[in-house]
Amino acid sequence: MSAQPSGILASFRFVDAAADAVRRLKDEGYRDFTVYTPVPNVEIARAVGHRASPVRLWTLIGGLTGCASGFALTLWMSYDWPIIVGGKPIGSVIPYVVIAFELTILFGASATILGLLYHSWKTRQAGAYDNRFADDHIGIFVPCPPERREPVQALLQDAGAEEVQFAA
Amino acid sequence: MATIVRQDQITRPTYHEITRDIAATLGSPSRTYYVLLGIVVAVFAVGVGALLYQVRFGLGVAGYTPPVMWGVYITTFVFWVGIAHSGTLISAILYLFRSAWRTAVYRTAEAMTVFAVMTAGLFPVIHVGRLWYAYWLFPYPNQRQLWVNFKSPLLWDVFAVSTYFTVSTLFLIVGLVPDIAALRSTATGWRKKLYEITSLGWRGTDQQWRHYTRAYLYLAALATPLVLSVHSVVSWDFAMSIVPGWHATIFAPYFVAGAIYSGVAMVVTLLVPLRKVFKVERYITVEHFENLSKLLLLTGMIVAYAYAVEYFIAWYSGNPFEQQSFWNRAFGDYWWATWTMILCNGALPLFLFFRKVRRSIPALFVLSLFVNLGMWFERFVIIVVSLSHEYEPYAFGHYTPTWVEWSILAGSFGWFFMWFLLFAKNFPTVSITEVKEIIPLPRKERART
Repeated sequence: MSAQPSGILASFRFVDAAADAVRRLKDEGYRDFTVYTPVPNVEIARAVGHRASPVRLWTLIGGLTGCASGFALTLWMSYDWPIIVGGKPIGSVIPYVVIAFELTILFGASATILGLLYHSWKTRQAGAYDNRFADDHIGIFVPCPPERREPVQALLQDAGAEEVQFAA
Repeated sequence: MATIVRQDQITRPTYHEITRDIAATLGSPSRTYYVLLGIVVAVFAVGVGALLYQVRFGLGVAGYTPPVMWGVYITTFVFWVGIAHSGTLISAILYLFRSAWRTAVYRTAEAMTVFAVMTAGLFPVIHVGRLWYAYWLFPYPNQRQLWVNFKSPLLWDVFAVSTYFTVSTLFLIVGLVPDIAALRSTATGWRKKLYEITSLGWRGTDQQWRHYTRAYLYLAALATPLVLSVHSVVSWDFAMSIVPGWHATIFAPYFVAGAIYSGVAMVVTLLVPLRKVFKVERYITVEHFENLSKLLLLTGMIVAYAYAVEYFIAWYSGNPFEQQSFWNRAFGDYWWATWTMILCNGALPLFLFFRKVRRSIPALFVLSLFVNLGMWFERFVIIVVSLSHEYEPYAFGHYTPTWVEWSILAGSFGWFFMWFLLFAKNFPTVSITEVKEIIPLPRKERART
């Protein structure tokens, strides 16, 4: 992770105050701030205004790959060692649906986890943090150089931050 | 008689209290905890001893007698896979239904799923005797260029159970990450290190939640059809054959309902001592037990209905083999197993129609033990009794399990509870994040009024 940038770290007790601060920061043109919450929150998510996570594409691609691999694996192995079992055709698609189904789920779930790890890593933001944000506080970190800290500090305080400090 | 406390009479905990109370469950273990751990490790050791004996002297020490070549091990395999199912029902299916009550109990159920599948997975390996060849079950490139038989339900099982284990483990870990991050700051010593590593740098940022909530939703959506498929596939191990008593289309839904039924009973069995030992009565309340008992009642009635349908179809089919198989179940050598199953699974749960029983924790605990017993016997009846009376009267047989099989069965309980107890002392068994989620974050406007 890159070195921690300097900036303002504000902590909020109330969710509406934090959402208000986020909206005001966006109105002022700030984009690279980070909001920390102990639980996922719709109000904050709406205020931040992210688009839907691309993790869903990973799930889709993983699932389709799993399904294709399930059929490919079973059919190829059957024809590679062709032996008639129970009078059924060598490549019997119907029983192979079970394998393809299981691999759809397996690959879909694994790809979802990989997608989660990849996108969380890609969108990681270095910044000051306080352990209370995992407990009962909401945090906002706005990276800014020391000389520009005053307007940010004022904005966050005005929105209702309980505590605002400059983290170098 | 337990005191009846209504949910709305309990003061709502604050976010900080939730973190504090659940972190407290991970404190120094009490004497009760060590006693419980000691007992389960001892029982597990008995199972290991019996397994080593079987490895040394061969599968002949188990009671297999032709034509019954599937006995306690396969019964116990199906039993444990079934136990796993309610965990996924509570963690994934009820999540998709946005059921709020699941939040306090889902972690326990989910951990139970993982440990139950771990236990189940041992049994096909123990059953094949030469367990060092168990890897033959998987398709892997080999010198003879042989591949496995994908038309066999036994192979479907390999794929279904291993997928189930992987996906439910991933689901458990993903759910744990924000909780571990919440515990990171208060933990000390080696636990602090453990939590720092296993929280994977979680900080609860807007970006992390954005990806996390999506991923969790899709994992739940994938786990839902998976859970329905796994016990269906297990049921096809039987239904795909032509053994009277097995070859029935009802098997998949019948097994899935039975699996959820036995799993919910096991969740009750685990939660009753857990909430006492870890003092989480504030979070796991009588309301939760009442909801669980409603699930028990519903699935129990589906199971009882399936029993009735099985007998009806045996009669209605006009097939003499099917008819003798079911007559043998009720009045043959194994009548005691069949009636234990009917009493425990079909009759006793009817007490759950009474609200007083649903809200009495001691009564529910006792009932859950009976359901566990009944569900083990259900699999024993399906597997052993059907195999003992197939088509040819001169090929009928009788199987009696030996001490080795009983010891390995007991050992599996020791193994399961050992993992659960170790998990419960090192990771939160009540989800900090999800319990917080159902309590809205405080608002400034409300604070003013």
